[in-house]
Amino acid sequence: MKLTDPVKIAYRSLVAAKLRFFLTVLGIVIGVAAVILVMSIGASAQALIFSQVAKVGSNLIAVLPGASQENGPPASALGIVTTTLKNGDLDAMREKRNVPNLVDVSGYVSGSASIESPAASLQTSFQGVSPEVVSVENMEVSEGRFFFPEEEDNLARIAVLGSTRAKDLFPNDSPIGQSVVIKKIPFRVVGTLASRGSSTFSNPDDLVYIPLGTAQKLLLGIDYLNFIRGKADDLKNIDVAMSDMDSLLRNRHKIEVGEESDFSVRSTEQALEVLSGVTNVLKYFLTAIASISLAVGGIGIMNSMLIAVNQRIREVGLRKAVGAQPHHIMIQFLIESGVVAGFGGIIGIIFGVGIAFIASLIIPKLGYEWQFIVPGSSILIGFLVSFFIGVLFGLYPAWKASKIPPIEALRYE
Amino acid sequence: MSGRQADCFISNVSRKRDGSVCYNGVIIGLGNVMPLITVKDLRKTYEGEDVKTTVLQGVTFSMEKGEFVAIMGPSGSGKSTLMHILGLLERPTGGEYRLDGNDVAELSDNELARLRNKRIGFVFQAFNLLPKTTVEENVELPLLYDSDPMERNGKRIAEALEAVGMTHRAKYFSNQLSGGEKQRVAIARALVNDPDIVFADEPTGNLDSKSGLQVMRILQRLNDAGRTIILVTHETSTAEHAKRILRVVDGKIVSDDPVLTRKIAKDGEESLK
Repeated sequence: MKLTDPVKIAYRSLVAAKLRFFLTVLGIVIGVAAVILVMSIGASAQALIFSQVAKVGSNLIAVLPGASQENGPPASALGIVTTTLKNGDLDAMREKRNVPNLVDVSGYVSGSASIESPAASLQTSFQGVSPEVVSVENMEVSEGRFFFPEEEDNLARIAVLGSTRAKDLFPNDSPIGQSVVIKKIPFRVVGTLASRGSSTFSNPDDLVYIPLGTAQKLLLGIDYLNFIRGKADDLKNIDVAMSDMDSLLRNRHKIEVGEESDFSVRSTEQALEVLSGVTNVLKYFLTAIASISLAVGGIGIMNSMLIAVNQRIREVGLRKAVGAQPHHIMIQFLIESGVVAGFGGIIGIIFGVGIAFIASLIIPKLGYEWQFIVPGSSILIGFLVSFFIGVLFGLYPAWKASKIPPIEALRYE
Repeated sequence: MSGRQADCFISNVSRKRDGSVCYNGVIIGLGNVMPLITVKDLRKTYEGEDVKTTVLQGVTFSMEKGEFVAIMGPSGSGKSTLMHILGLLERPTGGEYRLDGNDVAELSDNELARLRNKRIGFVFQAFNLLPKTTVEENVELPLLYDSDPMERNGKRIAEALEAVGMTHRAKYFSNQLSGGEKQRVAIARALVNDPDIVFADEPTGNLDSKSGLQVMRILQRLNDAGRTIILVTHETSTAEHAKRILRVVDGKIVSDDPVLTRKIAKDGEESLK
């Protein structure tokens, strides 16, 4: 027996039963396409989330009011208002000798209010920030200017508009120098920001930026900060900077050794880790669900092969009568189911990649920066797993076929 | 067979070492050599759940190379079972079967498969061609299981089809053929590995009389060329194409006679060309 003979035999049998072949293949096609699609879309979604975190900056450190568990959410994230972060803390962090590795740092307060321009009136979120926020968050001023340092505390009634807000409020002309009214207080627009694209968490293009002190005193009437965000000079110095900030604040808040802090220091690095943990679990979970359809496809193969064995008892008997040994028959049926599954795998890969590609054309139209990612491993896994499933689920039918005695060729009518 | 046939060309009339007698290159008689097939007290019992069915109860005979034997008997006589055992498709439950002097009981299933592949060809009543498969591919089947890869398989297939006059249908699919043509393809398949013995199980049973005669004609020509033919049939008219008839009744041989008035199939010869 030549090496190519079993392949030739299997090929002929499959061609002879085209419809059965097609239906069996369909099960595997759907299974593999589902796995590829889930892995691809999962990878793209993960990349989207990471790119948005990276846009904010991966060497960022945030200080949130209130204590928190290492892995749990900070109290502020649960809607509990804590007032332990003050402007003095921000100023202390600005001192180079306190936290040498911190380049820029900004305080944040936020709220929402109605805003009016001569052309429009709408409800908007606003953020009170320090002038350093431009550097901390990699913002780009497209027109005009951002705040000067002295404007943080001098109650300057000025505003910088996110790109969408600029368009909403001043659809026809430049907003620079124009006036907007927030909570009945007039503000002069001094600048607009370049579009940054929406993110999963918030859309910076939809925000109106106000100097920190102005927002605290004129708009919100508070004397604390919602959070502080700072940028470390280098990714590798983040831990040093974090511990410097931690001890600085514990000192300022007069927290004894062993006592729990009334604030938490977090880095985007940590956030990324937590995030990638969550998204990975999601991705694997979805892949596992998709794999079920692959297993169903495998059962389809087994079913179809068992039917084929029963239909072809005579054929097997004949092959044995003319000299086929059990292993010839076994190999023939295994190759048949392997080819069915492998072929289904290839078609499934094409479908899965194709649908993922179409998704990558549609999703950006919804405003997300969606990348077309197909992990190379998913293609290899898709093909190998489908072939393996074919052989695995073909094993029993093939074994059954190999046990058919040769006289069946003459008996079975 | 082919080696012995080649020896025959050395001189016009000769007696070879193995005892075969040649005349003008054709083996015309066999000497006192070891028989091709010897069965002694052959028995076969099928065991069902409660019932034991004895199909063969002590069959004894021997057969030389180059014979054309018809095994005859009514249905249920055990003639088919006897053929299955002689054709190595089944094992006997008792007695002894020697093929070329070797006790078949000592051979493994795989060795039996190899013997079937190399030395035996089968022709079945229902043709047993693979559906949706070409004539050529059907004839090629035994070659696929040949443990020694042979060169020029294409030539062997062509020769086998030539021998049954089916060369012009080589590319046809088996389901496009008439019954007679199917049986001729089945004979070509039986011949392609150049076997010593061809078993034909009611080969004319599903054919009209004209096609049946064509098939018998081919079998007779094969026998003339030196191949051993074992024909299983329940029709006397078909059996009389053989040279010797074994009659089986109730699992026993009741008579073993040479055919005195042998029929020579000639009808349908024209359509073979």
